[in-house]
Amino acid sequence: MTGMNHIAILPILIPMAAMVFNLLVGDGRSNRRIIGINIGFSVLLLLVSILLLTVLAQSSTAAAAVYPLGNWPVPFGIVLVADRLAAVMVLTTSILSLAALIFASARWHSRGTNFFPLFHALVMGLNGAFLTGDLFNLFVFFELLLAASYGLALHGGGRNRVRAAMHYIVINLVASFLFLIGVALIYGTTGTLNMADIARAVPNIAADDLGLFEAGVAVLGIAFLIKAGSWPLHFWLPNTYSSAAPPVAALFAIMTKVGFYAILRLWTLVFANQTGPELVFGQNVLFVLGIATVAYGSVGALSSKALDRLASYLILVSAGTLLLAVAYNVPGVTTGALYYVVVATLAAGALFLLKDVIDQVLPAEAQILAVSLEFYGDEEDVIDEDQEVSRSFPAAATLLGWCFAIAAIVMAGLPPLSGFLSKFAMLSAAFGAANAPTAATWWLTGALIVSGLFVLIAMVRNGINIFWTSLPDDGGLSLRPLEIGPIMVLLALCVLMAVFAGPALSYFADTAAFIHAPQNYIDLVLPKGDAS
Amino acid sequence: MELTLAIAIGILSASGVYLLLRPRTFQVIIGLSLVSYAVNLFILSMGRLRMDAAPILSGADANIADYADPVPQALVLTAIVIGFAMTALFLVVLLAARGLSGSDHVDGKGD
Repeated sequence: MTGMNHIAILPILIPMAAMVFNLLVGDGRSNRRIIGINIGFSVLLLLVSILLLTVLAQSSTAAAAVYPLGNWPVPFGIVLVADRLAAVMVLTTSILSLAALIFASARWHSRGTNFFPLFHALVMGLNGAFLTGDLFNLFVFFELLLAASYGLALHGGGRNRVRAAMHYIVINLVASFLFLIGVALIYGTTGTLNMADIARAVPNIAADDLGLFEAGVAVLGIAFLIKAGSWPLHFWLPNTYSSAAPPVAALFAIMTKVGFYAILRLWTLVFANQTGPELVFGQNVLFVLGIATVAYGSVGALSSKALDRLASYLILVSAGTLLLAVAYNVPGVTTGALYYVVVATLAAGALFLLKDVIDQVLPAEAQILAVSLEFYGDEEDVIDEDQEVSRSFPAAATLLGWCFAIAAIVMAGLPPLSGFLSKFAMLSAAFGAANAPTAATWWLTGALIVSGLFVLIAMVRNGINIFWTSLPDDGGLSLRPLEIGPIMVLLALCVLMAVFAGPALSYFADTAAFIHAPQNYIDLVLPKGDAS
Repeated sequence: MELTLAIAIGILSASGVYLLLRPRTFQVIIGLSLVSYAVNLFILSMGRLRMDAAPILSGADANIADYADPVPQALVLTAIVIGFAMTALFLVVLLAARGLSGSDHVDGKGD
């Protein structure tokens, strides 16, 4: 077990080494060897993440790699905890970051300075946020990933990007201050910052302090909800995501999931030892916000004509779905949600990358058409019937069309792909739970199914606009293998998740069972019988 | 003492939030700074207010009750450093936005 515990820190150390390497060699964006080494670091990270996941999957369900930094005893030092949930999130980050990095190395990396160090810093912050078991350390990793994301949101420059990034920076700085207020209140009432220790201290909080503690948790929750893109705290998201450079936007697809992860981790851990009305604090609020986010995201998806804006609204839909699943607080629903978070992240990332490839092959007038559609709506186009029949589809367009179709099926949750399986898992668990179906079950069902319909309509309309009316007829489409390759791999993984749904879902079921029995986590992190 | 600190935090955060909601980027950055001062004072106050007490334990048989809580002070240090760095970064973006749009409005619009 000792050797295994050291794996927990590697997903943080590898991106850090990559960052330091890039700072040492300087701005080597035109040097192919440096690009290769950067991709090598990402591959290494992916291998370590796979190793971490397989080691955890083969050991008992309650196993986790616990790494006390500097070997300080646990409630006093900072501890890294790589349990199954963290391992899944780290692996998703690694896959997405490798795909985005390879995609970026085709041409986007040279659009500005210091792309590679910022990219690795963002990955380091993400992995750190998933792995840490300390609340203030979580804040530090949040700041790290945000600082890197500010730089990346600006990558490529231009007036739109700077304006969107400025809004993004202000809202996230305010969120960071809220985070600090929440952490301070929690420290003031429980006297500890270690998540497991907080969970242990919560039942012993004096009745006078309980209100203060809950206020702290609520403030902290607002900070997480801003990050997760929950309605009504999401207005920064569509602008920032659609104006960021495509590989950056693809990596941003997992940033909203950090908010979801933090809420899932803290809420299940901290409030599970409580009884009575505080059993799951703010559950109803989370549920209503989830419904509102799904509704807003679906309507927004319908209203957007450009593919990058559509993808941003799809991120909102998935953020809302995940909030609903957290608020539902049933292990089976969490199982489906974990499956959904992986699939939705990969598909959304692929969609952002795909948008860039489509932009390159679309003739310029079609892009103007897409913009003018925003203002004037569709105009009737009468196409000669002979021309329509004899029209042949170039191979590259067929490939793009298939990629788009798979992404659409996954995002809308249609059978037979993984999006459907995840939603089905959530719904069947919700209906299978004790004293189901309640009103909440029907709301959840309605939200998942209606949002799926809206997303499907939006994606189909977008696909028709792009592939049937706008693509050029001649076979002059050329795709860069470095760009189409990562997209195909991401989408292939979504398909594979559906093929191997059995093992994946049983892993996620173990994960959900572990999260919903927080005493496991507390026992792992804190030495037994130690009362502090 | 408690009242003074509470009023100070309240005034700082109220002015900060007001400035944050103003349309000029310079007002926003001053607002962010004021809010960060308020938050830093707030974190410090969470370690309970103690006069004339050192945060670092010295001597083997020291009584913990004689000392101030060191954790909030360490947290404040981190928060100050991070807040300062973020403000500096925001200043750069602010100048870039000013240069690109020719206006100091947060949306880059003219008046």
